[in-house]
Amino acid sequence: MAGTTQKRWTSGNAKSRRGTEDPWYIRWILIGIAGFFAGVFLVLPLANVFGQAFAKGWQAAFGSLADPDTIAATKLTALATLVSVPLNTVFGVAAAWLIAKFEFRGKAILTTLIDLPFSVSPVVTGLVYVLLFGLRGYFGPWLDQYDIQIIFAVPGIVLATIFVTFPFVARELIPLMQAQGSDQEQAALTLGATGWQTFWHVTLPSIKWGLLYGVILCTARAVGEFGAVSVVSGHITGVTDTLPLRIEKLDKEYNSVAAFSIAALLAVLALLTLGLKTWLEHRQQRELDLAQTSSDSPDEH
Amino acid sequence: MSSARSKSFQILPGFGLSLGYTLTYLSLIVLIPLAALFLRTSELSWAQFLKIATSERAIASYRVTFGCAFIAAVINAVMGTLLAWVIVRYRFPGRKILDGLIDFPFALPTAVAGLTLANLFATTGWLGRWLDLVGIQVAYTQSGIIVALIFIGIPFVVRSLQPVLEDIDLEVEEAAASLGASRFTTFTRVIFPTLLPAILTGFSLAFARAIGEYGSVIFIAPKRAEITPMLIWYRLEEFDYPGAMAIAVVMLVISFFLLITVNLLERWASRFQR
Repeated sequence: MAGTTQKRWTSGNAKSRRGTEDPWYIRWILIGIAGFFAGVFLVLPLANVFGQAFAKGWQAAFGSLADPDTIAATKLTALATLVSVPLNTVFGVAAAWLIAKFEFRGKAILTTLIDLPFSVSPVVTGLVYVLLFGLRGYFGPWLDQYDIQIIFAVPGIVLATIFVTFPFVARELIPLMQAQGSDQEQAALTLGATGWQTFWHVTLPSIKWGLLYGVILCTARAVGEFGAVSVVSGHITGVTDTLPLRIEKLDKEYNSVAAFSIAALLAVLALLTLGLKTWLEHRQQRELDLAQTSSDSPDEH
Repeated sequence: MSSARSKSFQILPGFGLSLGYTLTYLSLIVLIPLAALFLRTSELSWAQFLKIATSERAIASYRVTFGCAFIAAVINAVMGTLLAWVIVRYRFPGRKILDGLIDFPFALPTAVAGLTLANLFATTGWLGRWLDLVGIQVAYTQSGIIVALIFIGIPFVVRSLQPVLEDIDLEVEEAAASLGASRFTTFTRVIFPTLLPAILTGFSLAFARAIGEYGSVIFIAPKRAEITPMLIWYRLEEFDYPGAMAIAVVMLVISFFLLITVNLLERWASRFQR
C-alpha cells in the first residue's frame, strides 16, 4: 500500500501526463475543429443578426423598431411573458416542494408528466388549444355565446406561452431541493415556526438562485416562443402578433432591416440571458455545495 | 390546518396544498388539453385515422422530419462530444467564452435562429456565397433544415456530457496507460464506454427536439419538402381538423416514446456515474 502511494508521488506527475493528456497535435486539431464548428454555427449567425440589422445604418435599424405594429408586438410579447412566467414560477415552487420533500405513490410518473410539454411539438401545442377553444372546438360554441374569444386573440397566445414554458422552473428547482433535503425546514418547525414562515424564511432564501435561474430560462423561452403562438395567433397585424411572429411577417414582406432589427433586439436579450445564466450557475453551484455540507450553518440570515 | 401533522416533525406541512395545486394546474394546462386531442381523434374511425396518417404527403413529411432530425442529431452527437471534450479537458484562450456560447441556441428565439441561418446560407449570404462557388446550396434545401436542426440541438449533447466528463476518474486512464494501452485504446476502451450513456441521452434529446422543431425550420426549409409540423399547420389553415389531429397524434405518440427512452437512458447513465 505504502509502496504504491510512494510510487504515485514520485513518478506520478510524469506518468499522468502521458496517461491522461493527449499529444499536442491532437489537442490543437480538436480545438481547431471545435472552434470552426462554433464559429460557423454559433458566432457567425449571431454576428449576421447585427450585420443585417445595421446593413442600412443605425437609424434605419432603430427607426424600424419604432413602427407602431412592432411596438404593439413588443407589448403583446411582454404581456404574455409577464402572465406566464409568474404562474409557472408559483407552480414550479409548489411542484418542487411536493416532489422534493415528500414520498408518495406515482411520484416518478408525476415528474415525467411535468416534463411532458418539453416533448410536445410547439405546433401540436397550438393545435390542442384550437381543438379546445376554437370555434369548432369543445368549448368554442359556449365561448362564442358569451362573446369570449380565445383563439386568434390574446388569451390564446398567453395560454400557449404558459404551456410551452410550463416545466422550466420546476425542472430547475426539483433537483436543487432534493439535494438540500428537509433538515433545515424540520429544525425551523421544531422551533415553532409555522409552515409558511418556514417556507418564506428557510426554504426560499436557500433556493433563491436556482429559482431565479429557472425564471430566467422560462422568460427567455416565453419571449421567443414561435410555433405554438403562431398557430393560435391568427396573425392580425398590430393585434395578435408577438415579436417572433412579427419577424416572420416582416421577412415575408422582404423588409430585411426591420426583421433583423427585431432579431437583434431579441439576440441582445438572449446574450443578457446567457450572461445572467453563467453568473447564476456560479451562485447555484455554491448553493448546492452549501447543501452538501449542510452541517455548516449558512452564513446568510 | 395540518398543525397536528407538522408537530410530528417527520412530515413537513403543505403536502395536501402542493399536491392539490400541482395536480390541478398540471391537469388544466397540460393533461386536459392533450387528452382533448386524443378524444377528438378517437372520433375518427381506425380506417380514417390510418388513411390520413399514412397518406402519401404525411409519409413524405415523416421522411423529411425524421431523416433531417436523425442526421442533425448524429452530427450533434459527434460534434457535441468533441466540444464537451475540448471544453472539459483542454485549457486554451477563449475556452470560457466557448463554454458560455454553447447555451446560445437555448437562449435565442427560434425565429431569430431561422432568420439569420437562412440569410447566412443563402447564395447572397456571408457563408452561402462561398458555398455557392463550390456548387453547394444550403438555404431552401433539405441541408438547410439540417443546419437549423444542428443549431437547435448543439447544447443537448454538450450539456449531457460535461458533468460526466468532469466526473471521470483520471486514475482509471492512468491505470490503462500504465498497463500499456495507447491513448487511442484508452479512449475507445475506457473513456468512450463511460461516456456512451450520456452521448445517447444527448442524442435522444437533440433528436426529440429536432422532430418537433418548427420556428427555425420554416425560415430555411424549401417549399417542396415539408416537415411534419408544417403539414399540421397547413391542414389547420385549411380547417381540415381531422387531418391535423391524426398527424399530431402520430407525432405525440412518437414524442412520448422518446421521452420514456430519455428517462431510461438517464437512469442508466446515473448508474454508470456512481
